[in-house]
Amino acid sequence: MGPELDFEKPILELQEKISELKKFMDEKGIDLSDELNHLQERLADLEKDTYGSMTPWERVRVARKLNRPTTLDYIPLLFTDFIECHGDRLYGDDPAIVAGIAKFHGRPVTVIGEQRGRDTKENIMRNFGSPHPEGYRKALRLMKQADKFHRPIITFIDTKGAFPGKAAEERGQSEAIARNLFEMSGLSVPVICVVIGEGASGGALAIGVGNHILMLENAWYSVISPEGAAALLWKDAGKAEEAAKTMKITGSDLKKLGIIDKLIPEVLGGAHHDPKKQAEFIDQALIESFEELSQLTADQVRNQRLAKYRAIGNYETVQENQTNQLIFSYSSDRQ
Amino acid sequence: MKDFFTKKKKYATVPSTKARQDVPEGIVRKCPKCKKIMYVKELSKHLFVCQSCGYHYPIGAHDRAEMLFDQDSYVEFDEKMVSLNPLRFPNYMNKLESDRKKTGLNEAVWTGKGTIEGFEAAVAIMDKGFRMGSMGSVVGEKITRLIEYADKNGIPVIIFSASGGARMQEGVLSLMQMAKTSGALKTFSENGGLYISIMTHPTTGGVSASFASLGDYNFAEPGALIGFAGRRIIEQTIGEELPDDFQTAEFLLKHGQLDQVIPRSELRTVLGQVLSIHVGGGAEEWDRN
Repeated sequence: MGPELDFEKPILELQEKISELKKFMDEKGIDLSDELNHLQERLADLEKDTYGSMTPWERVRVARKLNRPTTLDYIPLLFTDFIECHGDRLYGDDPAIVAGIAKFHGRPVTVIGEQRGRDTKENIMRNFGSPHPEGYRKALRLMKQADKFHRPIITFIDTKGAFPGKAAEERGQSEAIARNLFEMSGLSVPVICVVIGEGASGGALAIGVGNHILMLENAWYSVISPEGAAALLWKDAGKAEEAAKTMKITGSDLKKLGIIDKLIPEVLGGAHHDPKKQAEFIDQALIESFEELSQLTADQVRNQRLAKYRAIGNYETVQENQTNQLIFSYSSDRQ
Repeated sequence: MKDFFTKKKKYATVPSTKARQDVPEGIVRKCPKCKKIMYVKELSKHLFVCQSCGYHYPIGAHDRAEMLFDQDSYVEFDEKMVSLNPLRFPNYMNKLESDRKKTGLNEAVWTGKGTIEGFEAAVAIMDKGFRMGSMGSVVGEKITRLIEYADKNGIPVIIFSASGGARMQEGVLSLMQMAKTSGALKTFSENGGLYISIMTHPTTGGVSASFASLGDYNFAEPGALIGFAGRRIIEQTIGEELPDDFQTAEFLLKHGQLDQVIPRSELRTVLGQVLSIHVGGGAEEWDRN
């Protein structure tokens, strides 16, 4: 199950108690099933209480669990005939981004996702899921190919951020991200993005300009990590827990802010408790999105995506001669 | 009632002296690079470039507009647009208010149109004196409107970037401004619009990773800091010291990320030349034959 988090400890203790009781019953042959049922009921309640009221910071920690399902865990559960495609044709291949073609319920799609490691060795190989420019350029190459062959694109966002390194800067990390935002805005095929774990900043957005943005219940998505926000704003990375709340980074926050289209529920305790079941939830959400988006023409697909981002912003125009009272204006038309 | 108290407390704070150093004021200024002391009057005659070592002082949006456009040729757009506080971030509104007083701007970007060497252009100028030039909803909206205006009127877009990146206090909304501005540029580009990006000190983070890097021509001022991640973060991540010129305009030029590094004194002339090459989309002169 992976290391438990502190807020999960009471659950774990109760689970241990139950298994001890079972063992005791087996060994001694004494029937204590009343007691056992009682404990199991208590466990169910406790799980419901604990996981039903997780704080933003607790969700962040669940999103970071080493055994949380990644892009490569979901691909075989959601698609058939997956063929991975490597390389950006310019510099190299970035293992922090996985990309390829596949079938989704029999229909061709292009699949792109950020990929962290599931153990230390793989994490080193995949640079902990932090892409270099060649990763984003590989993603773009595959997206343009999808556009050419009129097949929809599904992306899985799961990154601590684009890699902050010397080589990444030399090869144009900024340009690679910017180019993806620019080109994704012009795609004529549906793009569905699913935030499955961590969604940190430009490194997440670089494969995240979509017609529909879906997000798992315990995933987070923001302009910066909670630690980064705390360090920048309050000069204290230790205030990450507070930042996780203030920065409004959870799926339910983003749904309220109108940034994401759909919040995908997680299995009790988090996706890692049952990846197969979790994939079913994602599958259902993807089917719904496809049904909606397949009604649109190529032009409409593009315009819907552009309009979606065009509308994001929170501002007002202060009218002349009114110094105290602010008049709200959300109109995007030039006055 | 709670808000009332925090507001009152905030009124007592004075912009730090460090922030004030960015604003060209007073009688003399000391060059941070070669330490030469110069009269501000003299400096302003030379577009705030040190005459001894060539250091380009960061300048505010109003000064930039004044030195860029043909005399009395420009008007401002959306000058009354201000940020709200979508995340209800503590103290954010007070910080905006103090930066308004400091810079004379309502937000971190000035937008408008005017003529440069006789050519009309829609121009955005970011001001690092306002929340470090960070991009939140207003910056994203003003730049997007500017691009749409240029698209509708068939004129080029020039953006002077000067920004620490996305604005933290507006969280994910700031992040999405990257997609919004890039989307507007995509449409503009497909309609044949000309976009010139000029990166000035500093152009980093979410601004560098969106519209600033998307010019048909990407230019920069000498010595400008340009990059995605902060130097300190990179040094911590890779555990080695970085070369002195790392993430400077000259470094980016060497690595193929810029078309040219252009000294401030030559900028108007070069812009005039680029704009003249693109008159009528550029093809007109050939199509006629």
